Amino acid sequence: MSSATYVADPRADAAEAGGRCAGLALVGCPNCGKTALFNALTGSRQKVANYAGVTVERKEGMFATPGGRRLRVIDLPGTYSLRARSPDEAVTRDVVLGRRADETAPDALVCVADATNLRLVLRLVLELKQTGRPLVLALNMIDIARRQGAEIDVERLSAELGGIPVVPTVAVRRGGIAALLETIDKLPPLAASAQPRPAQDDGEWREPDAAAIRALHREADRILKVCSFRPGDAGLTARIDRVLLHPVFGTLILLAILFLMFQAVFAWAQPLMDMIKAGFDLLAEGVRTVLPAGMVRDLLTDGIIAGVGSVLVFLPQIVILFFFILLLEDFGYMARAAFLMDKVMGAAGLHGRAFIPLLSSFACAIPGVMATRVIDNRRDRLATIMVAPLMTCSARIPVYTLIISAFVPAQTTFLGGWVGLQGLVMFGLYGAGIVSALLVSAVLKRLVWRSSPPEPFLMELPSYKMPRPRNVLLGLWQRATMFLRRAGTIILSLMIVLWFLSSFPGAPEGATEPAINYSVAGIVGHWLEPALAPIGFNWQIAAALIPGLAAREVMVGALGTIYAVAGAGEDAAASALAPVLTAQWALPTALALLAWYVFAPQCASTLAVIRRETNSWRWPVATFLYMLALAYAAAFVTFHVASAFLPAG
Amino acid sequence: MQLSIAMDGPVTAQAAEASPLQDAAAGAAVALGSCTRGWRGHVADFDSAAAAASGGGELVRRLLEIGFVEGASVEVMHEGPFGRDPIAVRIDGTATIALRRRDAAAIRVVPEGGRASGRIR
Repeated sequence: MSSATYVADPRADAAEAGGRCAGLALVGCPNCGKTALFNALTGSRQKVANYAGVTVERKEGMFATPGGRRLRVIDLPGTYSLRARSPDEAVTRDVVLGRRADETAPDALVCVADATNLRLVLRLVLELKQTGRPLVLALNMIDIARRQGAEIDVERLSAELGGIPVVPTVAVRRGGIAALLETIDKLPPLAASAQPRPAQDDGEWREPDAAAIRALHREADRILKVCSFRPGDAGLTARIDRVLLHPVFGTLILLAILFLMFQAVFAWAQPLMDMIKAGFDLLAEGVRTVLPAGMVRDLLTDGIIAGVGSVLVFLPQIVILFFFILLLEDFGYMARAAFLMDKVMGAAGLHGRAFIPLLSSFACAIPGVMATRVIDNRRDRLATIMVAPLMTCSARIPVYTLIISAFVPAQTTFLGGWVGLQGLVMFGLYGAGIVSALLVSAVLKRLVWRSSPPEPFLMELPSYKMPRPRNVLLGLWQRATMFLRRAGTIILSLMIVLWFLSSFPGAPEGATEPAINYSVAGIVGHWLEPALAPIGFNWQIAAALIPGLAAREVMVGALGTIYAVAGAGEDAAASALAPVLTAQWALPTALALLAWYVFAPQCASTLAVIRRETNSWRWPVATFLYMLALAYAAAFVTFHVASAFLPAG
Repeated sequence: MQLSIAMDGPVTAQAAEASPLQDAAAGAAVALGSCTRGWRGHVADFDSAAAAASGGGELVRRLLEIGFVEGASVEVMHEGPFGRDPIAVRIDGTATIALRRRDAAAIRVVPEGGRASGRIR
C-alpha cells in the first residue's frame, strides 16, 4: 500500500465543466455506521489509500445527487471530539479544519450519528458547527432506536441545532439515502467559487478545555432533553452482557470461544491443507513428467512449486482465524473480550484493547500490528507493536510441526491417550510466546517508559448487532488476497533466489561433498556456523535461517531444498524431510531451534509493517535486536541444558 | 506524536465553579472506583487528588468527553473477572463505558437517594 496524495479525479473535473469537484466529509463517533453510509452513498466507486506520513486509511468515493451534481466524499476515522488524541483522530481534525496539505478541505460535512446513542455525538455536532462549514446531521440506525422505543423529534432537533438539516437514515439498508441526497443538493452552492483549496480555517473552533467540554455537554443534554424521549429499558444488549460479562460464565465463554477458534484453526483446516498440499504435489509431478530433466525443471518443481506450496498451505488457517475475529468484531464481542482481559493485560502494562491485536497476531503479526491503531496512547501502542511478533503466528507452525514430528515421539501420551507429548510441546511453545510477550511489555513499561504517566482505559462497549455476512465476507476476502499477494510476490521471488543460492555455483568435478556445500547458501552457512555453534546450530540450519528471514515458514522449504540437494538424488528428494532431520540433528539442536523460533525476529514483512506503523526505523530495529538477543539466549540455554540432561544421540 | 496538553489548573476549583450540586452532594459522595455491581447514582464532581494520580487534567477531560459529566446518572453494570476490575458503567441509560477502578476513582458520585435533595437535575 502506498501513501497517496490526493489527485483530482479527471472524470469529476469534466463533470463540473472545468470547475473543482465539491467534496463532502463524513464525520462521526466510532461504531455509528459511518462506513455503511459511505458504502450506501458511493457503492463500488471508492478508492482506498493511506494518508501520507501516517498509516490512516483514506477512503474516497464519488456519487451523484438527484440534482445532477457529482460529489467527492471522504470517510474520516471515527472520533468523539475534534480534540484529537490518536493519529486517526488527528487526521479527522486536520481534514475537517483544512489543515492537511494533501487533502482538499471539505466543502460540507455530514455528521453521522448513532440514533440509539445521541448524547456524545451531539457534542461533536456542536463542535463541528463551530468550524463554520455547512453541516448535515444523518441520524443513522433510526430503525433500531425506534424499535427500542426511542422517539426523536427531528424537526425540533434541527431547530435546536441552529437549523442544521437532520435526516434519519438506515445506512445498512440504504434507508433515507434519497432524502439525504436531496438535503445535500439543497445545501448552499458547494464550491461555486471554484477555489482550488480553501485555506486552513478553524472557524470559531478552539480546542476545548474541561470547562468548554462541560458547557458543550450541558448544551447537548438540554437539546437531547427537549428533542427525544428514551425508555429506561437497557434492552437486549444488557441482557446478553449479563451472561457474556459474568465474572465466571463470561470468562468461561471467552475461554470456550478461544478454544473453539484454535480447534478450528488446527483441526478444521487440516483437510483443506492436505488438499492444497496434494494439489501442489500433483502439479510438481505433472511438471516433472512434461519437462525434460534440467535446470528449468528443477527450478520449477523444487524451487517454485514446492516453495510457494509450503506457504499457501496456510491459507485455510488464516481464513478460519479471521472468520472468527471478523464475526466477533461485527457482533460487538471484541470490546467485551478486551473488558474481560484488561486486568491480565494491565498487569503486563498493556491496555485491554491490546488483547485484540495480540489475538490477531496468532494468525499473523502483520494484521496484529495494524490492529494496534485502536490504542490511543502512543506508548501503549508501541509496547503492543513490539510484543505482537512474539505471539505464535501461523508461519511458525510449519517449523514447529516439522521439528516436533521429527523429534518428539508421537507414541508418548498421558491421561489414557487424551494428551500427547507432541501436543504438549506445541502448547508449551504457544505458552512461551504469550508469557514472553507479557514479560517483555512489563519490562518496557516498568523500566523503559517508567516516567510516563499511566494511561486511562476508557472504552465504550457497543450494542450487540447481528453480524452482516457481507461485511465478514468482504473482510475475509481482503485478508486472503493480502496473504496471497504476499505469497505470490515476496515469497515466490525469494523461493527463486533461494533456489539459485543453493544451486550455484555447482559442485566442482570430482566433488565428494554434497553439491550445496559449494553453493552460495552453503558458503554463507559455513561462514555463520562459528557464531551459531554455541547454540547447537549446524551450517545447514544457518543457511536455512537466511532465506527464513524473509518469512519464517520459508525455513521449512529452505531446509527441504538444502537436505534434498544434500541427499543428492531423486530418492532422497522424494522422501519426507522429518526422518532426514531425525538422522542429521541431535535432540538438543532440535530443541534449541524450537526455542530460537519462539523469539526469532525472522519476518521482513513484520519489520516493514512496524516501520510503516511507527513511521520510524527506530522501532523495527529495536524489535529486531531485542528479539534476536532473546532468540540467541533462549537457544543457548536450551541447547546447553538439553545437552547436559538428555542422553546423547 | 504524543499530544502534550497542559493540565488546566486544579480540578476541584473548576468543578466547584461548574457544579452547583457539589455542596449538597459533598456529604454523601463516594468514588465511583469503589462502587460495586448494581450501584446507581449520579456524578457529583471530580476528585483532583485521585485524578492527579492517574493522568490529571487530561483524565478529567477524557472522562467528560465520554460522558461522565456532572449530573449524569451512572449504574455499575459489570465487574471484571479478576479483582472486580475494570468496571462497566452505564451512563444515562444509553452508553456503557468500561474503565479501570483506578481511573474511576477520580469520579465522585452520589447514590440514587441523593436525588431526594432535589438539587440533582
